Amino acid sequence: MTPAEAVAAAARRSYGRLVAALAAPTRDLALAEDALSFAFQRALETWPRTGVPEQPEGWLLTVGRRRTLDVLRSAATRTAAPLEEADLARTEDPSDPFPDRLLALLFVCAHPAIDAGVRTPLMLQTVLGVEAKAIAAAFAVPAPAMAQRLVRAKRRIRDAGIRFEVPDRDRWADRLPPVLEAVYGAYAIGRAASDLRGEAVHLAALLADLVPDEPEVLGLAALVHLAAAREPDRAPLPLDEQDPATWDRALLDRGEVLLQRAAAFGRPGRFQLEAAIQSAHDARAVTGIVDREAVRRLYAALVRTAPTLGAQVAHAVAAARVDGPDAGLALLDVVEGAERFQPFWAARAALLVDAGRTGEARAAAERAAALTDEPAALARLAALVR
Amino acid sequence: MRYTLLLHYPEASEEEIGREAIEAGMAAFRAYADSLDAAGVLRSAEVLQPSSASTTVRLRDGELAIQDGPFADTKEQLGGTFVVDVPDLDAALDWAGRAPSVSWGAVEVRPCAVRYIDGAWQPA
Repeated sequence: MTPAEAVAAAARRSYGRLVAALAAPTRDLALAEDALSFAFQRALETWPRTGVPEQPEGWLLTVGRRRTLDVLRSAATRTAAPLEEADLARTEDPSDPFPDRLLALLFVCAHPAIDAGVRTPLMLQTVLGVEAKAIAAAFAVPAPAMAQRLVRAKRRIRDAGIRFEVPDRDRWADRLPPVLEAVYGAYAIGRAASDLRGEAVHLAALLADLVPDEPEVLGLAALVHLAAAREPDRAPLPLDEQDPATWDRALLDRGEVLLQRAAAFGRPGRFQLEAAIQSAHDARAVTGIVDREAVRRLYAALVRTAPTLGAQVAHAVAAARVDGPDAGLALLDVVEGAERFQPFWAARAALLVDAGRTGEARAAAERAAALTDEPAALARLAALVR
Repeated sequence: MRYTLLLHYPEASEEEIGREAIEAGMAAFRAYADSLDAAGVLRSAEVLQPSSASTTVRLRDGELAIQDGPFADTKEQLGGTFVVDVPDLDAALDWAGRAPSVSWGAVEVRPCAVRYIDGAWQPA
């Protein structure tokens, strides 16, 4: 491994852990990121001469800590801000991967005092080192706007004094769901922007490593793996139309293992149900068929647990597959607030076609078409009512 | 870190809510201040008179404009402040959540920037 490769490998392996360790004493994420990139730069200059150190992370952490101190010292001469040198200089066993620090950082990013819309971008940047430009592209906002949001959130974390510690377990009922939501947000974004898909899998796997005893954490990781396995192309087809031969077997297997581990706790939840639905489709790769009744039941359970618009529409479609289009349409009729929800109108159009109500189907397809500019979706709608 | 807990709530007179409710509120604030003090985090605590006793001053075109009433005429008014010294926002939020008035108003948790001590402004 060349020194440059060793630097890249350490970044891939430990970026978030190093940021978390550097930020914990100061609560200053921007400073920690700057100090870490300084350390990476130093490593690129030094390691070719000295060789790659035995503990690359320990080396990077030490250089990052020194850099942090230097920056704070020069700021201190201007503002007389007190320094907690003892904490910054504290040596940590470099072989200890300080797992709690990283988990604490995830809790910081999804803290209730942080705007929900910036939690996922914060995680992508501070935990995985994704650049603001790539995050902005995935979220379809201008790069300067996303950069500004991230800067503001980091400043808020520092100035408001958010705690860099893992909350006590008795607080997890409140504090863990926003963390899961933010990781799920990375997955949802990754579905649209394939550049971030790998990052979402990485984030979910990381959380499952850190918290191996919460079934919903494992369920979320299972969901993200199973879904990512099936979306290797940029314009994903509906599940039924995909060729199982194109699915990523390794990702599917990891997802199935995670789902089994989650199920062993006997405490089902939203993410486990979503993963189980993915898993039911997965069977098609092996047996060639999908147990549609099982899928319908899982969606019914999902609607009871987390009645999102997406779940309600998918439930209607799953019911139609078992009991015919009228059963699906009846379920769609009771969905509220879907006037501008494209999948609702697309599903309605398809079920109306199946029910032989062509005139109404055409009207629904027009509404669905007006709510999207995706060429693939438009083509499917056009083919439907042709 | 030092935080000021700013207690905002709709003002209610004794005639409106009754003597008993006022006394229960005072007892709750006494217990709240006692527990902050016992934890060693309380730096100051003040409950303010109603905003009807407030007077607001502005300098406009070189002249002092003195106005009866509070700075902002809103349904909820600043009713009191507690200054606490705790390790972080999460601890401050825990204390804010225990303030008696959270059930009838809102508690704003604001970190201190600088303090004037011994003749100089110093970081909090």
